[in-house]
Amino acid sequence: MRRLINQYPSVLNRLLLAVLPFALVFLAYAVASEARLADNPADKLLPAWATIQAAIIRMGFVPDMRTGDFLLYVDTMASLERLAIGVAFATVIGGIIGILQGLIPYVRAMMVNFTSVVSMIPPLAILPILFITFGLGELSKVVLITFGILPYIVRDLAQRTEEIPHEQIIKAQTLGASTWQIILRVVLPQMLPRLIDSVRLSLGSAWLYLIAAEAIAAENGLGYRIFLMRRYLAMDVILPYVFWITFLAFTLDFILRFTQRSLFRWMYRGQA
Amino acid sequence: MSSVCVENVWKSYGRQTVLERISFTVEQKSFIALVGPSGCGKSTFLRMLLGDEAPSKGRILIDGEPLMAEPSPDRGVVFQKYSVFPHLTCLQNVMLGLELAAAPRLGILLGRRRREAKDISRAMLGNVGLGAAENKYPSELSGGMQQRLAIAQALVKKPKLLLLDEPFGALDPGIRAGVHETLLELWHETGMTVFMVTHDLSEAFKLGTRVIAFDRRHTRPEEMEAYGATITFDLPVYHPVPKPPEIIPVFAEELDEKAVRYKAAV
Repeated sequence: MRRLINQYPSVLNRLLLAVLPFALVFLAYAVASEARLADNPADKLLPAWATIQAAIIRMGFVPDMRTGDFLLYVDTMASLERLAIGVAFATVIGGIIGILQGLIPYVRAMMVNFTSVVSMIPPLAILPILFITFGLGELSKVVLITFGILPYIVRDLAQRTEEIPHEQIIKAQTLGASTWQIILRVVLPQMLPRLIDSVRLSLGSAWLYLIAAEAIAAENGLGYRIFLMRRYLAMDVILPYVFWITFLAFTLDFILRFTQRSLFRWMYRGQA
Repeated sequence: MSSVCVENVWKSYGRQTVLERISFTVEQKSFIALVGPSGCGKSTFLRMLLGDEAPSKGRILIDGEPLMAEPSPDRGVVFQKYSVFPHLTCLQNVMLGLELAAAPRLGILLGRRRREAKDISRAMLGNVGLGAAENKYPSELSGGMQQRLAIAQALVKKPKLLLLDEPFGALDPGIRAGVHETLLELWHETGMTVFMVTHDLSEAFKLGTRVIAFDRRHTRPEEMEAYGATITFDLPVYHPVPKPPEIIPVFAEELDEKAVRYKAAV
């Protein structure tokens, strides 16, 4: 018998094993839901599949009685817009500051302590400040997302920039590159894929800040809806919304990964 | 085609002296091999020639001019690793030097000037035997090919000095011999001055026209801090089968000059 660390599952087994935990969760839910509903048919905590299905149709495919909108669609668009704007700002600002901090000693001397102190501020703690300063509208939510993930992106990118071998920077200078040309032709092209990685890793936090901001003050959005539904214990709506948010997050991650792979083939070539 | 004059150069980090009393003069079109045990400061000396580090005392002159205190296009360099840019293909790597000079703002050439830069770069890639690999990324090349690419990339700028920091240390012997050939050919063609740091003595004597050895003269523990390495050997190398002088215009001119001077003296 070989050691456990040397045993590899076959392709089929790998697939089955990958599905297993998901299946177990669904099974556990089904069993628990069945048991509770048998006890009390009006139970709201673990709704039956049929109830959830009805809620999905109600939220996604039937216009709302009051506004005439498809609520799931409106919520999704509102949330994605906030997320996209917040993340885009953080990406651009973080990219610029990170590269400059990593490459230019004067900028590093000025920024390195500042960014590490700022990154220690819990973003949710300044949410009240944002609401007071920017009002309860879209701006404060976008600023929260940007502020929440910006320090990580700056620090990550500064570090990646510092990791570019010194030899390359020297070589670029012997080819006559100015500081600006080094940024443009040597550092930036190598940092763009790293920036995408950095954004991917901070998307989880971005969602957290989005939902937190929406939960506290909003008129629509995925976070707003699930916190609104909490008042009615409407698990039949909350559960599909959580699924939908997970699906969106996963899709965004996949798109970013795919974009990186196809735009920056040099990173993956020759790695058998 | 540059002469290099090193005048009493010292280098120390804090209280640790690394190099001391380094003085020598190098004629143009020399191939200097710098040898010595590891930690003797030969790479430090190369970085000073490069302008990446400044001497603590003394100075280095190129063609009578003090060295620029930062790396510049008159000095090309090839390191053991990381000398080429991973995000550019072979052709783009070689073109980069031309593009940076011709397009100060964006560093990218377009249209006719791009085609010209491409032609020059293709020829250069051909010279180092990478003509077929122009669209490959460095990660797809073998170690030897990467070093060939680094040489092509440096030479497209027509540097006065070519600085090599253990360039072939990571290569297999067979591949190494091939790159040696290419390097010698290019050196004969361009007439640049080459400095090569190596820990391989046979390589030093095979390629160099002059081998300079750095070592510490004082090795007792209490002396290690105060004394640095200095030149312990400086040997001209006689190459029994030199390239025939008539195919090297520069060399031929030199011979003519010598002949004229000789006649005048007689």
